Amino acid sequence: MEFLSPPFMQRALIAAVLVGITAPAIGIYLVQRRQALMGDGIGHIAMTGVGLGFLMSANPVWMATLVAVAGSVVMELIRWYGRTRGDIALAMLFYGGMAGGVMLINLSDTGSNANLTSYLFGSLSTVSEEDVTTIVVLAALVILVTVGLRRQLFAVSQDEEFARVTGLPVRVLNLLVAVTAAVTVTVAMRVVGLLLVSALMVVPVAAAQQIAKSFKVTFVLSVVIGTAVTLAGTVTSYYQDVPPGATIVLLAIAAFVALTALAAPLARRRARVQQPDPAECTLEVPGARPGADDVRV
Amino acid sequence: MPEPATPEPVISMRAGTATLGARPVLRGVDLTVHRGEVVALLGANGSGKSTAVRSVIGQVPLTGGTVELFGTPLRRFRRWARVGYVPQRTTAAGGVPATIREVVSSGRLSRTGLRPPGKADRAAVDRAIALVGLADRAGDSVDALSGGQHQRVLIARALAAEPELLIMDEPMAGVDLASQEILASTLREQVAAGTTVLLVLHELGPLEPLIDRAVVLRDGCVMHDGPPPEAVGQHALPGHDHVHPHAAMEPVRTGLLT
Repeated sequence: MEFLSPPFMQRALIAAVLVGITAPAIGIYLVQRRQALMGDGIGHIAMTGVGLGFLMSANPVWMATLVAVAGSVVMELIRWYGRTRGDIALAMLFYGGMAGGVMLINLSDTGSNANLTSYLFGSLSTVSEEDVTTIVVLAALVILVTVGLRRQLFAVSQDEEFARVTGLPVRVLNLLVAVTAAVTVTVAMRVVGLLLVSALMVVPVAAAQQIAKSFKVTFVLSVVIGTAVTLAGTVTSYYQDVPPGATIVLLAIAAFVALTALAAPLARRRARVQQPDPAECTLEVPGARPGADDVRV
Repeated sequence: MPEPATPEPVISMRAGTATLGARPVLRGVDLTVHRGEVVALLGANGSGKSTAVRSVIGQVPLTGGTVELFGTPLRRFRRWARVGYVPQRTTAAGGVPATIREVVSSGRLSRTGLRPPGKADRAAVDRAIALVGLADRAGDSVDALSGGQHQRVLIARALAAEPELLIMDEPMAGVDLASQEILASTLREQVAAGTTVLLVLHELGPLEPLIDRAVVLRDGCVMHDGPPPEAVGQHALPGHDHVHPHAAMEPVRTGLLT
């Protein structure tokens, strides 16, 4: 438990746990509505916020939050109105955000390439006390939304048209998902880095759904997986001097592979235990859920 | 216009027009459904029947005309728990596993809104699942269901709110015979309990005995409004012929495989 003594590690571990909880908690709704790559887009946009923070000598985490939230709202507006060329508009937003960030950091006096790398791929030693406060506040917000409104967000992400006919404020809920995803990106930025944030939103969910039958179990399991890999990755990174973001993401993918390997025998055992209506020939349609993610945002 | 003495119709669309892009899809459609009625909306592909029901519930904006639900203009209508909607879908699943109960529960949100569900809400969800004959599978993932079972889940979701009006868009599409029979008997119970039904159908099929009135659309206009056509199947309908006006723009589904 030697890794607990340095103050920077304590801060990094607090941040890691919160990232492990929040990223899959909002990511599950993005996966559910087949917008798995939305977090990646927001990560690119947040780069400009980091750059602005350096240039204006403001807190980069808060600036990234502001810019990412604004970007996610624009993305949601594009989804409403710009049906036809929405993908092109989004590409402009993503790459413009990334290029803007690199440019702004280079223009500022305090920013350097080392700084940039720490935001892109995450870094343990750079989580400041101020960052921890910010991360705790933002993570609380994300948990409040994703857990408190789980029934409503489930309905909207499962079938948007049906949700509108139940009278739910679908536009408000969609905006809330987008803004919450943006906030999560900035929460996770310090630990896993902007380029790998999206992985932590998607991979634990993908791993959990290999063995889960319900949304509830998928949610809980993906948060457990998320927390386990962020903690393990952070500690590994402390001892082995490897980048934490990459370690965390590789561990998450390992969890996915392990659970996928576990899923097939588990499903066979379940089928043996249940033995549904042996007298009747029930023919099921396999793979009713379309496999590939739709990259439209 | 109905007499002031008679109760107002459940659905009342007058001179409804709608366009998809530049193409007019509805060209002045009048559609009235009275309390307790079962009305089938029939027509060939591209005749505007799906657009008509979707504009009734505000999912397609009308470019002209008016829609009233339960006597309230659609724009001011808020009591969505009175309406159960079954959209045209081939699957009830999303990108993440969900059980039948979880999917059906989302239909109850029109009553619960932002408050957590209570005992009565959970009981209504269980009742809706039992109505479509899936009670023993409520905890199963919807991924493991057949096409017909998916439709039954979607209908249970609409029934979870205990609606007075059921609006269904092609509930029989891709449904095997066994499930069609279950759907028909579910619907029969609902109608017996006084539920009003508007449904889009490709052909009357096993639902025929339930239907009070058929409205046949062709090219966005009402061609027939009265008793359901005698012959079974859309090929016998006055609105159906095989000279398809939009053949170049969309594939013609013959209905043979659906």
